Amino acid sequence: MTGSEASFAQHLSGYHWDDIKLSFGAKTAADVERALSRSANQTRLDLNDFMALISPAAEPYLEQMAQRSLQLTQQRFGKTIQLYVPLYLSNLCSNICTYCGFSMHNAIRRKTLDMVELDAEIAAIKQLGFDHILLVTGESERKVGMEYFRQAVPKIRENFSHVSMEVQPLSTQEYQELKDMGVDSILVYQETYSRQTYAEHHLKGKKNDFDWRLATPERLGQVGMNKVGIGALIGLDDWRVDCFMVAAHLQYLEKRFWQTRYSISFPRLRPCTGGLEPKSVMTDRQLVQLICAYRMFNPELELSLSTRESAAFRDHALPLGITSMSAYSRTQPGGYAEAEPALEQFSISDERHPKYVAQAIVERGYQPVWTDWQPAYGRSAIE
Amino acid sequence: MVFTIADKTFSSRLFSGTGKFADPSLMTDAILASGTELVTMAMKRVDLNKSDDDILSPLVKAGVHLLPNTSGACTAEEAVFAARLAREALGTHWVKLEIHPDPKYLMPDPIETLKAAEQLVKEGFVVLPYVHADPVLCKRLELVGCQAVMPLGAPIGSNKGLKTRDFLEIIIEQANVPVIVDAGIGAPSHAAEAMELGADAVLVNTAIAVSAQPVVMAKAFKQAVEAGRMAYEAGLAATSVHANASSPLTAFLDEIESVSVD
Repeated sequence: MTGSEASFAQHLSGYHWDDIKLSFGAKTAADVERALSRSANQTRLDLNDFMALISPAAEPYLEQMAQRSLQLTQQRFGKTIQLYVPLYLSNLCSNICTYCGFSMHNAIRRKTLDMVELDAEIAAIKQLGFDHILLVTGESERKVGMEYFRQAVPKIRENFSHVSMEVQPLSTQEYQELKDMGVDSILVYQETYSRQTYAEHHLKGKKNDFDWRLATPERLGQVGMNKVGIGALIGLDDWRVDCFMVAAHLQYLEKRFWQTRYSISFPRLRPCTGGLEPKSVMTDRQLVQLICAYRMFNPELELSLSTRESAAFRDHALPLGITSMSAYSRTQPGGYAEAEPALEQFSISDERHPKYVAQAIVERGYQPVWTDWQPAYGRSAIE
Repeated sequence: MVFTIADKTFSSRLFSGTGKFADPSLMTDAILASGTELVTMAMKRVDLNKSDDDILSPLVKAGVHLLPNTSGACTAEEAVFAARLAREALGTHWVKLEIHPDPKYLMPDPIETLKAAEQLVKEGFVVLPYVHADPVLCKRLELVGCQAVMPLGAPIGSNKGLKTRDFLEIIIEQANVPVIVDAGIGAPSHAAEAMELGADAVLVNTAIAVSAQPVVMAKAFKQAVEAGRMAYEAGLAATSVHANASSPLTAFLDEIESVSVD
């Protein structure tokens, strides 16, 4: 196998967690200034620059980073924010994960939408004005697996121009089938790139397989999935190291699967049933630093901010590099047509109705974008 | 100063886009200020289920010609589909053909573009393909029946100006159809430069849309395009690589020669 064909797992084995963690402490103001000046000169930043920008040494340069990030984001994406909404199909899960409300060991009522309930959810969401939808499935391959998707996805496809999915890692063939059914993008977060920490938090179920999850974006790239979302769950381990690994992963994927678009989210651990104290806490200032650093590292990257963050934070952070936002998320199956908060995956912070989120976007001088995808794009078989 | 593409005559040589604006009313004001008569819009941004689409309605009201584009298409098949959809929905057989499978630099795919152009021309479309500044490809597109070509000056949205100037000159020299320089034009001076080169028109979006004052910037582009075209038509003064010294070094030879003749 040549270097370019090596899997990301092989690349990852070349990175040593503790060494990288120490490298952050060694970054100096000069390293940060070099990265800022390279960005200003329109030179593409490398991983070393990215590391400097998310290091403590960059904290005094936050305003400069924000100015540059805003500039790059407007140049590439304009003054627009894409809006999407998650639709939770099920909260069944066959994994035990220490941080998730859907974890198998949590005593919550389980629900999977049947096709009638799904119709009701679709109708309720359409009323809200959304055209881009993110399907969230939990991880129960037997009960909410391909057989279920074969019924649900075409129904959703008919109603929304862009369909994203957050689903358990599947095989290449299964991704091909989802793509053929009309799924445009798949999001799969590694949670943490530390093997040891990963094992500590994924106690039971298929999710326990670190490598299967790590290779998921590669399987998606192989089938030509239009967009792939990656990321780490901020707080499971040192956030700087995890976010550095995400950047390295992105760089690897972009070189290998050059026709795929990429997005990154940065979910911070939120209170949930069976709640877990974050091992590494990321402050709001640090989240802004991270958003700006990703933007400067990769001006084309789609950066998404969910309703996990507060309305005030979202409103202020949106010009700094964000390109898409969810709104009015209901994190429980059936949450739009009939509210049953007891089933939610995590508590959201921004509860505003989409029209108020859109209004806030307008007030910041931006245009909320509801439709930005032609339903024929990305389809292997066009009638 | 008028020029023609297919069956339409334009008095403005500045075409503009509709993406990246902070809101539709600002977009409309900027378009009106630019004097543009042809506005490109992405089919992917049009909500065909809404009769009062945010972007479409003000453009229709402003009375500009619409040039739907196939932005977002990664293959010839997708682009052809989008063009057909645009024809049906917007009632225009004009299309700006854009196929970029590379989401990072948005580089146009020459092979898929040629394939789609051939098909769309057969179906009666007026096809304006967005391409790299490749002189051979532009000739091939002209041969399959495209009514104009739209080579890039620099990567889309980069505002870097005419990085492909040498190739644009060849394309303009060889073309039998209008050449519209698209992408990379980030300042009115870039637009003027393209017009001075002899381009028939320029298309500008990002530089206007993300300016702090889009309406003022639109006017600046309008005037730059007019000035550039005027300069081209007047004929630029020749440049010389040789110095024309005020005290020539070889003048003494004339003096010697005249003395010897005497």
